[in-house]
Amino acid sequence: MNRFLKDKEHLVRMAALFAVGVVLFLILKAVLVPKGFGVYGHYRAGALADNRVRAPRFAGRSACIECHTDERDAWKGGKHAGVGCEACHGALAKHAEDPSASNAFKPDPKTICFTCHLTNAAKPRKFPQIDPKNHFDGGACNGCHSPHAPDKEPKK
Amino acid sequence: MEEGLLHAVQGFMYPNEVELQWSILIVLYPFTTGLVAGAFILASLERVFNVQAVKPTYRLALLSALAFLLVAPLPLQLHLGHPERSLEMYLTPHTSSAMAMFGFIYLWYLMGVLVLEIWLDYRKDMVLLARSETGWKKTLYRVLTLGVDNISEESLRIDDKLGRFITIVGIPSAFLLHGYVGFIFGSVKANPWWSTPVMPIVFLFSAIVSGIALVLLMYMLVCFLKGISIDMPCVDTIARYLMYAFLIDFSLEMLDLIHRIYEADESFKSLDFMAHTQLYTSQIIVQIIFGTIVPISMLAFIQVVKLSEAARKGIYVLAGLLTLMGIFAMRWNVVIGGQLFSKSFLGYTTYKMAFATKEGLLPAILLMILPFGILWVLVKVLPPFEEEKAAV
Repeated sequence: MNRFLKDKEHLVRMAALFAVGVVLFLILKAVLVPKGFGVYGHYRAGALADNRVRAPRFAGRSACIECHTDERDAWKGGKHAGVGCEACHGALAKHAEDPSASNAFKPDPKTICFTCHLTNAAKPRKFPQIDPKNHFDGGACNGCHSPHAPDKEPKK
Repeated sequence: MEEGLLHAVQGFMYPNEVELQWSILIVLYPFTTGLVAGAFILASLERVFNVQAVKPTYRLALLSALAFLLVAPLPLQLHLGHPERSLEMYLTPHTSSAMAMFGFIYLWYLMGVLVLEIWLDYRKDMVLLARSETGWKKTLYRVLTLGVDNISEESLRIDDKLGRFITIVGIPSAFLLHGYVGFIFGSVKANPWWSTPVMPIVFLFSAIVSGIALVLLMYMLVCFLKGISIDMPCVDTIARYLMYAFLIDFSLEMLDLIHRIYEADESFKSLDFMAHTQLYTSQIIVQIIFGTIVPISMLAFIQVVKLSEAARKGIYVLAGLLTLMGIFAMRWNVVIGGQLFSKSFLGYTTYKMAFATKEGLLPAILLMILPFGILWVLVKVLPPFEEEKAAV
Protein backbone atom coordinates (compact mmCIF):
# COMPACT_ATOMS: atom_id res chain seq x y z
CA MET A 1 0.00 0.00 0.00
CA ASN A 2 1.48 3.35 -0.91
CA ARG A 3 2.21 5.93 1.77
CA PHE A 4 -0.63 8.23 0.69
CA LEU A 5 -3.30 5.56 1.05
CA LYS A 6 -1.68 4.14 4.19
CA ASP A 7 -2.32 7.36 6.09
CA LYS A 8 -5.95 7.23 5.08
CA GLU A 9 -6.53 3.58 5.91
CA HIS A 10 -8.52 4.39 9.05
CA LEU A 11 -10.79 6.65 7.02
CA VAL A 12 -11.33 3.94 4.43
CA ARG A 13 -12.30 1.56 7.24
CA MET A 14 -14.64 4.13 8.78
CA ALA A 15 -16.22 4.71 5.37
CA ALA A 16 -16.66 0.94 5.03
CA LEU A 17 -18.25 0.85 8.49
CA PHE A 18 -20.64 3.61 7.45
CA ALA A 19 -21.47 1.71 4.28
CA VAL A 20 -22.25 -1.36 6.43
CA GLY A 21 -24.37 0.89 8.64
CA VAL A 22 -26.31 2.19 5.66
CA VAL A 23 -26.87 -1.36 4.36
CA LEU A 24 -28.01 -2.46 7.86
CA PHE A 25 -30.37 0.52 8.00
CA LEU A 26 -31.85 -0.44 4.63
CA ILE A 27 -32.24 -4.08 5.73
CA LEU A 28 -33.91 -2.98 8.99
CA LYS A 29 -36.15 -0.66 7.01
CA ALA A 30 -37.14 -3.47 4.66
CA VAL A 31 -37.84 -5.84 7.55
CA LEU A 32 -39.47 -3.51 10.06
CA VAL A 33 -41.54 -1.19 7.89
CA PRO A 34 -44.86 -2.97 7.37
CA LYS A 35 -45.87 -4.15 3.92
CA GLY A 36 -48.04 -1.72 2.02
CA PHE A 37 -46.53 1.32 3.76
CA GLY A 38 -46.65 4.33 1.42
CA VAL A 39 -49.02 2.83 -1.16
CA TYR A 40 -51.69 5.51 -0.58
CA GLY A 41 -49.76 7.92 1.63
CA HIS A 42 -47.44 7.99 4.62
CA TYR A 43 -49.22 5.16 6.37
CA ARG A 44 -49.78 1.40 6.12
CA ALA A 45 -52.30 0.57 3.41
CA GLY A 46 -53.44 -2.51 5.37
CA ALA A 47 -54.65 -0.24 8.19
CA LEU A 48 -57.68 0.61 6.03
CA ALA A 49 -58.68 -3.06 5.71
CA ASP A 50 -58.03 -3.56 9.46
CA ASN A 51 -60.44 -0.74 10.22
CA ARG A 52 -63.06 -2.04 7.83
CA VAL A 53 -63.23 -5.48 9.47
CA ARG A 54 -63.95 -3.98 12.89
CA ALA A 55 -67.64 -4.38 13.70
CA PRO A 56 -69.49 -1.03 13.74
CA ARG A 57 -70.60 -0.02 17.24
CA PHE A 58 -73.23 2.47 16.11
CA ALA A 59 -76.36 1.30 14.30
CA GLY A 60 -77.61 4.69 13.08
CA ARG A 61 -81.06 6.14 13.77
CA SER A 62 -82.66 4.55 10.70
CA ALA A 63 -82.15 1.20 12.45
CA CYS A 64 -83.64 2.52 15.75
CA ILE A 65 -86.83 3.96 14.25
CA GLU A 66 -87.62 0.74 12.45
CA CYS A 67 -88.94 -0.61 15.76
CA HIS A 68 -89.28 2.45 18.04
CA THR A 69 -92.14 4.05 16.12
CA ASP A 70 -93.59 6.06 19.08
CA GLU A 71 -90.27 7.78 19.65
CA ARG A 72 -89.93 8.32 15.91
CA ASP A 73 -93.31 10.10 15.74
CA ALA A 74 -92.54 12.30 18.73
CA TRP A 75 -89.08 13.14 17.51
CA LYS A 76 -89.85 13.80 13.81
CA GLY A 77 -90.07 17.48 12.90
CA GLY A 78 -89.11 18.52 16.43
CA LYS A 79 -86.09 20.46 17.59
CA HIS A 80 -84.21 17.28 18.41
CA ALA A 81 -84.74 15.86 14.91
CA GLY A 82 -81.08 16.55 14.17
CA VAL A 83 -79.86 14.64 17.24
CA GLY A 84 -79.07 10.97 16.72
CA CYS A 85 -80.67 8.43 19.06
CA GLU A 86 -77.27 7.08 20.03
CA ALA A 87 -76.02 10.54 21.04
CA CYS A 88 -77.95 10.04 24.32
CA HIS A 89 -78.54 6.29 24.40
CA GLY A 90 -75.03 5.13 23.52
CA ALA A 91 -73.71 2.88 20.74
CA LEU A 92 -76.36 0.25 19.97
CA ALA A 93 -75.28 -1.79 16.95
CA LYS A 94 -75.51 -5.01 18.99
CA HIS A 95 -79.00 -4.15 20.18
CA ALA A 96 -80.10 -3.36 16.61
CA GLU A 97 -78.87 -6.74 15.43
CA ASP A 98 -80.45 -8.66 18.27
CA PRO A 99 -82.89 -6.61 20.37
CA SER A 100 -82.73 -9.10 23.23
CA ALA A 101 -78.92 -9.01 23.36
CA SER A 102 -78.46 -5.67 25.07
CA ASN A 103 -80.71 -2.97 26.29
CA ALA A 104 -80.29 0.66 25.36
CA PHE A 105 -78.43 2.80 27.83
CA LYS A 106 -80.88 4.92 29.81
CA PRO A 107 -79.24 8.22 30.54
CA ASP A 108 -79.73 9.99 33.88
CA PRO A 109 -82.54 12.49 33.19
CA LYS A 110 -81.10 14.82 35.89
CA THR A 111 -77.76 15.34 34.11
CA ILE A 112 -77.87 14.26 30.48
CA CYS A 113 -79.53 17.47 29.23
CA PHE A 114 -76.71 19.61 30.65
CA THR A 115 -74.26 17.93 28.29
CA CYS A 116 -75.60 20.27 25.60
CA HIS A 117 -77.81 22.78 27.39
CA LEU A 118 -75.64 24.02 30.25
CA THR A 119 -75.22 27.80 29.99
CA ASN A 120 -71.96 28.77 28.37
CA ALA A 121 -70.88 32.07 26.87
CA ALA A 122 -69.29 30.26 23.92
CA LYS A 123 -72.63 28.91 22.71
CA PRO A 124 -74.83 30.82 20.25
CA ARG A 125 -77.39 33.06 21.99
CA LYS A 126 -80.32 31.39 20.27
CA PHE A 127 -79.36 27.98 21.57
CA PRO A 128 -81.49 27.04 24.61
CA GLN A 129 -79.26 27.13 27.65
CA ILE A 130 -80.04 26.34 31.26
CA ASP A 131 -78.37 27.80 34.29
CA PRO A 132 -79.03 25.20 37.03
CA LYS A 133 -79.06 27.97 39.67
CA ASN A 134 -82.18 29.48 38.11
CA HIS A 135 -83.93 26.59 36.42
CA PHE A 136 -83.31 23.34 38.18
CA ASP A 137 -84.92 21.99 41.32
CA GLY A 138 -82.89 18.80 41.44
CA GLY A 139 -85.56 16.78 39.70
CA ALA A 140 -85.44 15.00 36.38
CA CYS A 141 -85.70 17.23 33.29
CA ASN A 142 -88.07 14.80 31.64
CA GLY A 143 -90.52 15.45 34.50
CA CYS A 144 -91.56 18.56 32.53
CA HIS A 145 -89.81 18.31 29.15
CA SER A 146 -90.12 15.57 26.60
CA PRO A 147 -86.57 14.64 25.54
CA HIS A 148 -87.73 13.37 22.16
CA ALA A 149 -89.81 16.45 21.36
CA PRO A 150 -88.63 19.26 23.66
CA ASP A 151 -90.31 22.07 21.65
CA LYS A 152 -93.77 20.58 22.03
CA GLU A 153 -95.87 21.44 25.09
CA PRO A 154 -94.15 20.64 28.40
CA LYS A 155 -95.55 17.62 30.20
CA LYS A 156 -97.97 18.50 32.96
CA MET B 1 -63.49 12.76 27.86
CA GLU B 2 -62.84 11.56 31.36
CA GLU B 3 -65.40 12.91 33.80
CA GLY B 4 -62.75 13.31 36.49
CA LEU B 5 -60.77 15.72 34.38
CA LEU B 6 -63.64 18.17 34.14
CA HIS B 7 -62.79 19.46 37.63
CA ALA B 8 -59.56 20.79 36.13
CA VAL B 9 -61.38 22.81 33.50
CA GLN B 10 -62.25 26.45 33.86
CA GLY B 11 -64.62 28.05 31.32
CA PHE B 12 -65.19 26.41 27.97
CA MET B 13 -62.88 23.79 26.51
CA TYR B 14 -63.45 21.71 23.40
CA PRO B 15 -63.53 18.02 24.34
CA ASN B 16 -60.15 17.28 22.73
CA GLU B 17 -58.48 20.09 24.67
CA VAL B 18 -59.34 18.94 28.19
CA GLU B 19 -56.57 16.38 28.56
CA LEU B 20 -53.01 17.38 27.63
CA GLN B 21 -51.55 15.07 25.01
CA TRP B 22 -47.95 16.31 25.30
CA SER B 23 -46.62 15.57 28.74
CA ILE B 24 -43.42 16.33 30.65
CA LEU B 25 -41.61 13.88 28.35
CA ILE B 26 -42.22 16.22 25.43
CA VAL B 27 -40.76 18.99 27.59
CA LEU B 28 -37.60 16.92 27.99
CA TYR B 29 -37.18 16.46 24.25
CA PRO B 30 -36.45 20.11 23.34
CA PHE B 31 -34.54 20.50 26.61
CA THR B 32 -32.13 17.63 25.88
CA THR B 33 -31.69 18.41 22.17
CA GLY B 34 -31.02 22.01 23.19
CA LEU B 35 -28.24 20.90 25.53
CA VAL B 36 -26.75 18.86 22.66
CA ALA B 37 -26.84 21.71 20.16
CA GLY B 38 -25.49 24.22 22.69
CA ALA B 39 -22.65 21.99 23.86
CA PHE B 40 -21.67 21.28 20.27
CA ILE B 41 -21.69 24.94 19.31
CA LEU B 42 -19.43 25.75 22.28
CA ALA B 43 -17.03 23.00 21.16
CA SER B 44 -17.07 24.44 17.65
CA LEU B 45 -15.89 27.80 18.97
CA GLU B 46 -12.52 26.30 19.78
CA ARG B 47 -12.23 24.26 16.63
CA VAL B 48 -13.45 26.63 13.96
CA PHE B 49 -13.06 30.07 15.49
CA ASN B 50 -9.89 29.10 17.33
CA VAL B 51 -10.91 30.40 20.76
CA GLN B 52 -7.99 28.91 22.70
CA ALA B 53 -9.36 29.88 26.11
CA VAL B 54 -12.21 27.35 25.93
CA LYS B 55 -9.95 24.53 24.71
CA PRO B 56 -9.97 22.61 28.06
CA THR B 57 -13.70 22.03 27.63
CA TYR B 58 -13.63 21.08 23.95
CA ARG B 59 -13.70 17.32 24.40
CA LEU B 60 -15.95 17.39 27.43
CA ALA B 61 -18.44 19.47 25.44
CA LEU B 62 -18.43 16.91 22.63
CA LEU B 63 -18.86 13.99 25.04
CA SER B 64 -21.68 15.82 26.86
CA ALA B 65 -23.38 16.46 23.51
CA LEU B 66 -23.10 12.75 22.63
CA ALA B 67 -24.42 11.61 26.04
CA PHE B 68 -27.48 13.84 25.76
CA LEU B 69 -28.04 13.09 22.08
CA LEU B 70 -28.21 9.36 22.84
CA VAL B 71 -30.95 10.06 25.38
CA ALA B 72 -32.80 12.75 23.37
CA PRO B 73 -35.11 10.42 21.39
CA LEU B 74 -36.00 8.23 24.41
CA PRO B 75 -38.73 10.54 25.78
CA LEU B 76 -40.31 10.53 22.32
CA GLN B 77 -40.26 6.73 22.19
CA LEU B 78 -41.73 6.45 25.68
CA HIS B 79 -44.41 8.93 24.69
CA LEU B 80 -45.22 6.98 21.53
CA GLY B 81 -45.44 3.70 23.43
CA HIS B 82 -45.80 0.69 21.13
CA PRO B 83 -42.20 -0.56 21.31
CA GLU B 84 -42.97 -2.87 18.38
CA ARG B 85 -43.37 0.05 16.03
CA SER B 86 -42.08 3.24 17.68
CA LEU B 87 -38.70 2.52 16.03
CA GLU B 88 -40.35 3.30 12.72
CA MET B 89 -39.90 7.00 13.45
CA TYR B 90 -36.25 6.55 12.46
CA LEU B 91 -37.00 4.27 9.54
CA THR B 92 -39.78 6.14 7.77
CA PRO B 93 -38.68 9.76 7.71
CA HIS B 94 -40.69 11.95 5.39
CA THR B 95 -40.41 15.48 4.09
CA SER B 96 -44.15 16.17 4.19
CA SER B 97 -44.19 16.96 7.91
CA ALA B 98 -41.71 18.63 10.23
CA MET B 99 -42.19 15.92 12.84
CA ALA B 100 -41.62 13.14 10.32
CA MET B 101 -38.24 14.70 9.44
CA PHE B 102 -36.87 13.52 12.79
CA GLY B 103 -35.28 10.35 11.40
CA PHE B 104 -33.19 12.29 8.88
CA ILE B 105 -32.11 15.01 11.25
CA TYR B 106 -31.32 12.81 14.23
CA LEU B 107 -29.35 10.15 12.38
CA TRP B 108 -27.43 12.74 10.38
CA TYR B 109 -26.45 14.68 13.44
CA LEU B 110 -25.56 11.61 15.53
CA MET B 111 -23.66 9.61 12.93
CA GLY B 112 -22.61 12.14 10.32
CA VAL B 113 -21.41 14.81 12.72
CA LEU B 114 -20.97 14.01 16.38
CA VAL B 115 -19.70 10.42 16.41
CA LEU B 116 -17.36 11.10 13.49
CA GLU B 117 -15.94 14.26 15.02
CA ILE B 118 -15.33 12.59 18.40
CA TRP B 119 -13.75 9.59 16.71
CA LEU B 120 -11.36 11.69 14.64
CA ASP B 121 -10.41 13.83 17.62
CA TYR B 122 -9.77 10.85 19.90
CA ARG B 123 -8.14 8.57 17.36
CA LYS B 124 -4.59 9.34 18.48
CA ASP B 125 -5.51 8.78 22.14
CA MET B 126 -7.30 5.57 21.33
CA VAL B 127 -4.31 4.22 19.42
CA LEU B 128 -1.99 5.12 22.31
CA LEU B 129 -4.37 3.53 24.80
CA ALA B 130 -4.64 0.41 22.64
CA ARG B 131 -0.86 0.18 22.78
CA SER B 132 -0.54 0.73 26.53
CA GLU B 133 -3.61 -1.01 27.94
CA THR B 134 -3.99 -4.75 28.46
CA GLY B 135 -6.82 -7.27 28.49
CA TRP B 136 -10.36 -6.25 27.52
CA LYS B 137 -9.48 -2.58 27.53
CA LYS B 138 -6.88 -3.18 24.84
CA THR B 139 -9.49 -5.04 22.78
CA LEU B 140 -11.99 -2.21 23.32
CA TYR B 141 -9.55 0.44 22.08
CA ARG B 142 -8.46 -1.80 19.19
CA VAL B 143 -12.09 -2.06 18.12
CA LEU B 144 -12.61 1.68 18.54
CA THR B 145 -9.57 2.42 16.35
CA LEU B 146 -10.98 -0.01 13.76
CA GLY B 147 -7.69 -1.93 14.01
CA VAL B 148 -5.60 0.90 12.54
CA ASP B 149 -2.45 1.64 14.53
CA ASN B 150 -1.17 4.42 12.31
CA ILE B 151 -0.72 7.79 14.03
CA SER B 152 1.83 9.23 11.66
CA GLU B 153 2.01 12.98 11.36
CA GLU B 154 0.42 12.86 7.95
CA SER B 155 -2.54 10.73 9.14
CA LEU B 156 -3.13 13.06 12.11
CA ARG B 157 -2.94 16.06 9.80
CA ILE B 158 -5.63 14.48 7.60
CA ASP B 159 -7.75 13.76 10.72
CA ASP B 160 -7.43 17.36 11.84
CA LYS B 161 -8.37 18.69 8.41
CA LEU B 162 -11.36 16.36 8.12
CA GLY B 163 -12.39 17.09 11.72
CA ARG B 164 -12.37 20.81 11.01
CA PHE B 165 -14.47 20.24 7.91
CA ILE B 166 -16.98 18.14 9.91
CA THR B 167 -17.18 20.88 12.57
CA ILE B 168 -17.89 23.45 9.88
CA VAL B 169 -20.65 21.21 8.53
CA GLY B 170 -21.65 20.48 12.12
CA ILE B 171 -22.42 24.08 13.08
CA PRO B 172 -25.28 24.48 10.58
CA SER B 173 -26.30 20.92 11.51
CA ALA B 174 -26.53 21.89 15.18
CA PHE B 175 -28.47 25.00 14.18
CA LEU B 176 -30.70 22.78 12.06
CA LEU B 177 -31.23 20.26 14.86
CA HIS B 178 -32.53 22.74 17.34
CA GLY B 179 -33.98 25.27 14.93
CA TYR B 180 -35.96 22.31 13.66
CA VAL B 181 -37.34 21.54 17.12
CA GLY B 182 -38.43 25.19 17.40
CA PHE B 183 -39.93 24.98 13.93
CA ILE B 184 -42.15 22.07 15.00
CA PHE B 185 -43.80 24.38 17.52
CA GLY B 186 -43.52 27.64 15.58
CA SER B 187 -45.25 26.16 12.55
CA VAL B 188 -48.42 25.09 14.36
CA LYS B 189 -50.66 27.84 13.00
CA ALA B 190 -53.63 26.65 15.05
CA ASN B 191 -51.85 27.50 18.28
CA PRO B 192 -51.18 31.21 18.86
CA TRP B 193 -48.92 30.47 21.86
CA TRP B 194 -46.53 28.63 19.53
CA SER B 195 -47.12 30.03 16.09
CA THR B 196 -44.42 32.62 15.55
CA PRO B 197 -41.56 32.68 13.05
CA VAL B 198 -39.24 33.72 15.91
CA MET B 199 -39.74 30.35 17.61
CA PRO B 200 -36.91 28.45 15.82
CA ILE B 201 -34.41 31.21 16.54
CA VAL B 202 -35.56 31.59 20.16
CA PHE B 203 -35.17 27.83 20.59
CA LEU B 204 -31.76 27.96 19.00
CA PHE B 205 -30.40 30.71 21.23
CA SER B 206 -31.90 29.21 24.35
CA ALA B 207 -30.27 25.92 23.27
CA ILE B 208 -26.89 27.64 22.99
CA VAL B 209 -27.43 29.17 26.44
CA SER B 210 -28.37 25.86 28.08
CA GLY B 211 -25.54 23.97 26.34
CA ILE B 212 -22.93 26.50 27.46
CA ALA B 213 -24.28 26.42 31.02
CA LEU B 214 -24.20 22.60 31.00
CA VAL B 215 -20.59 22.44 29.80
CA LEU B 216 -19.56 25.10 32.33
CA LEU B 217 -21.10 23.09 35.16
CA MET B 218 -19.85 19.72 33.89
CA TYR B 219 -16.31 21.05 33.49
CA MET B 220 -16.28 22.36 37.07
CA LEU B 221 -17.85 19.15 38.37
CA VAL B 222 -15.45 16.83 36.54
CA CYS B 223 -12.47 18.93 37.69
CA PHE B 224 -13.76 18.76 41.26
CA LEU B 225 -14.31 14.99 41.13
CA LYS B 226 -10.94 14.31 39.52
CA GLY B 227 -9.11 16.78 41.77
CA ILE B 228 -7.87 18.80 38.77
CA SER B 229 -7.51 22.55 39.23
CA ILE B 230 -10.07 24.57 37.28
CA ASP B 231 -8.64 26.63 34.43
CA MET B 232 -10.03 30.03 35.46
CA PRO B 233 -9.42 31.92 32.17
CA CYS B 234 -11.39 29.10 30.52
CA VAL B 235 -14.43 29.30 32.81
CA ASP B 236 -14.28 33.12 32.75
CA THR B 237 -14.45 33.02 28.94
CA ILE B 238 -17.26 30.46 28.91
CA ALA B 239 -19.21 32.54 31.43
CA ARG B 240 -18.75 35.59 29.21
CA TYR B 241 -20.07 33.68 26.19
CA LEU B 242 -22.94 32.46 28.33
CA MET B 243 -23.84 36.05 29.16
CA TYR B 244 -23.65 37.18 25.52
CA ALA B 245 -25.77 34.26 24.30
CA PHE B 246 -28.21 34.83 27.15
CA LEU B 247 -28.55 38.53 26.32
CA ILE B 248 -29.39 37.69 22.69
CA ASP B 249 -31.81 34.97 23.79
CA PHE B 250 -33.52 37.25 26.32
CA SER B 251 -33.75 40.09 23.79
CA LEU B 252 -35.38 37.79 21.25
CA GLU B 253 -37.88 36.50 23.81
CA MET B 254 -38.70 40.00 24.94
CA LEU B 255 -39.04 41.12 21.33
CA ASP B 256 -41.57 38.35 20.80
CA LEU B 257 -43.38 39.32 24.00
CA ILE B 258 -43.48 43.05 23.21
CA HIS B 259 -44.66 42.26 19.70
CA ARG B 260 -47.48 40.14 21.09
CA ILE B 261 -48.51 42.78 23.62
CA TYR B 262 -48.46 45.59 21.05
CA GLU B 263 -50.19 43.56 18.35
CA ALA B 264 -52.76 42.26 20.89
CA ASP B 265 -54.52 39.99 18.41
CA GLU B 266 -57.63 37.96 19.23
CA SER B 267 -55.66 35.45 21.30
CA PHE B 268 -53.94 38.05 23.46
CA LYS B 269 -56.46 38.39 26.30
CA SER B 270 -56.58 34.65 26.76
CA LEU B 271 -52.79 34.19 26.69
CA ASP B 272 -52.27 37.22 28.92
CA PHE B 273 -54.70 35.79 31.45
CA MET B 274 -52.84 32.49 31.39
CA ALA B 275 -49.46 34.21 31.95
CA HIS B 276 -50.96 35.95 34.98
CA THR B 277 -52.57 32.86 36.47
CA GLN B 278 -51.58 29.29 35.69
CA LEU B 279 -48.21 30.10 34.12
CA TYR B 280 -47.34 32.91 36.51
CA THR B 281 -44.97 30.85 38.67
CA SER B 282 -43.31 28.88 35.89
CA GLN B 283 -43.05 31.77 33.43
CA ILE B 284 -42.69 35.02 35.33
CA ILE B 285 -41.02 33.80 38.52
CA VAL B 286 -39.01 30.74 37.45
CA GLN B 287 -38.24 31.45 33.80
CA ILE B 288 -37.95 35.21 33.54
CA ILE B 289 -36.89 36.38 37.00
CA PHE B 290 -34.87 33.54 38.55
CA GLY B 291 -34.01 31.72 35.33
CA THR B 292 -32.98 34.70 33.20
CA ILE B 293 -32.66 38.11 34.86
CA VAL B 294 -30.87 36.83 37.99
CA PRO B 295 -28.22 34.73 36.15
CA ILE B 296 -27.64 37.47 33.54
CA SER B 297 -27.21 40.01 36.33
CA MET B 298 -24.80 37.70 38.17
CA LEU B 299 -22.73 37.15 35.03
CA ALA B 300 -22.79 40.88 34.22
CA PHE B 301 -21.75 41.73 37.79
CA ILE B 302 -18.59 39.66 37.36
CA GLN B 303 -17.72 41.62 34.21
CA VAL B 304 -17.66 44.92 36.08
CA VAL B 305 -16.51 43.96 39.58
CA LYS B 306 -13.27 42.10 40.21
CA LEU B 307 -13.98 39.14 42.47
CA SER B 308 -11.82 36.41 43.95
CA GLU B 309 -11.53 33.03 42.22
CA ALA B 310 -13.62 31.27 44.85
CA ALA B 311 -16.41 33.86 44.59
CA ARG B 312 -16.42 33.63 40.81
CA LYS B 313 -16.61 29.83 40.93
CA GLY B 314 -19.54 30.03 43.33
CA ILE B 315 -21.32 32.53 41.13
CA TYR B 316 -20.70 30.44 38.00
CA VAL B 317 -22.16 27.33 39.64
CA LEU B 318 -25.22 29.20 40.86
CA ALA B 319 -25.71 31.10 37.58
CA GLY B 320 -25.27 27.86 35.59
CA LEU B 321 -27.85 26.00 37.68
CA LEU B 322 -30.32 28.89 37.50
CA THR B 323 -29.79 29.08 33.73
CA LEU B 324 -30.57 25.39 33.26
CA MET B 325 -33.64 25.77 35.46
CA GLY B 326 -34.74 28.83 33.47
CA ILE B 327 -34.32 27.10 30.10
CA PHE B 328 -36.18 24.03 31.37
CA ALA B 329 -38.98 26.34 32.53
CA MET B 330 -38.98 27.95 29.07
CA ARG B 331 -39.48 24.51 27.44
CA TRP B 332 -42.16 23.73 30.00
CA ASN B 333 -44.00 27.00 29.35
CA VAL B 334 -43.91 26.43 25.59
CA VAL B 335 -44.96 22.77 25.59
CA ILE B 336 -47.35 22.68 28.55
CA GLY B 337 -48.46 26.34 28.32
CA GLY B 338 -49.46 25.88 24.70
CA GLN B 339 -51.96 23.20 25.70
CA LEU B 340 -53.59 24.88 28.69
CA PHE B 341 -55.92 27.25 26.86
CA SER B 342 -58.85 26.59 24.55
CA LYS B 343 -58.82 27.53 20.89
CA SER B 344 -62.13 29.24 21.68
CA PHE B 345 -60.10 31.54 24.02
CA LEU B 346 -62.86 31.04 26.58
CA GLY B 347 -61.44 28.40 28.85
CA TYR B 348 -58.40 26.79 30.45
CA THR B 349 -57.44 23.32 31.54
CA THR B 350 -54.81 22.05 34.01
CA TYR B 351 -51.85 19.73 33.58
CA LYS B 352 -51.97 16.99 36.15
CA MET B 353 -48.61 15.25 36.15
CA ALA B 354 -48.59 11.59 37.13
CA PHE B 355 -45.65 10.06 38.99
CA ALA B 356 -44.79 6.42 38.32
CA THR B 357 -46.52 6.07 34.95
CA LYS B 358 -45.22 5.83 31.40
CA GLU B 359 -45.27 9.61 31.02
CA GLY B 360 -44.94 10.61 34.64
CA LEU B 361 -42.37 12.44 36.70
CA LEU B 362 -40.39 9.30 37.60
CA PRO B 363 -39.45 8.31 34.01
CA ALA B 364 -38.68 12.00 33.37
CA ILE B 365 -36.26 12.07 36.32
CA LEU B 366 -34.66 8.79 35.24
CA LEU B 367 -34.27 10.09 31.69
CA MET B 368 -32.51 13.18 33.02
CA ILE B 369 -30.14 11.09 35.15
CA LEU B 370 -29.31 8.69 32.31
CA PRO B 371 -27.16 11.10 30.23
CA PHE B 372 -24.97 11.78 33.25
CA GLY B 373 -24.44 8.02 33.61
CA ILE B 374 -23.56 7.77 29.92
CA LEU B 375 -21.22 10.75 30.26
CA TRP B 376 -19.51 9.11 33.23
CA VAL B 377 -18.80 6.02 31.10
CA LEU B 378 -17.68 8.15 28.14
CA VAL B 379 -15.29 10.15 30.32
CA LYS B 380 -13.85 6.87 31.67
CA VAL B 381 -13.35 5.41 28.19
CA LEU B 382 -12.32 8.62 26.45
CA PRO B 383 -10.45 10.84 28.97
CA PRO B 384 -11.17 14.43 27.98
CA PHE B 385 -8.29 16.26 29.65
CA GLU B 386 -4.75 16.96 28.49
CA GLU B 387 -3.24 16.06 31.88
CA GLU B 388 -4.58 12.54 31.63
CA LYS B 389 -3.35 12.20 28.08
CA ALA B 390 0.14 13.12 29.18
CA ALA B 391 0.04 10.41 31.82
CA VAL B 392 -0.73 7.71 29.24
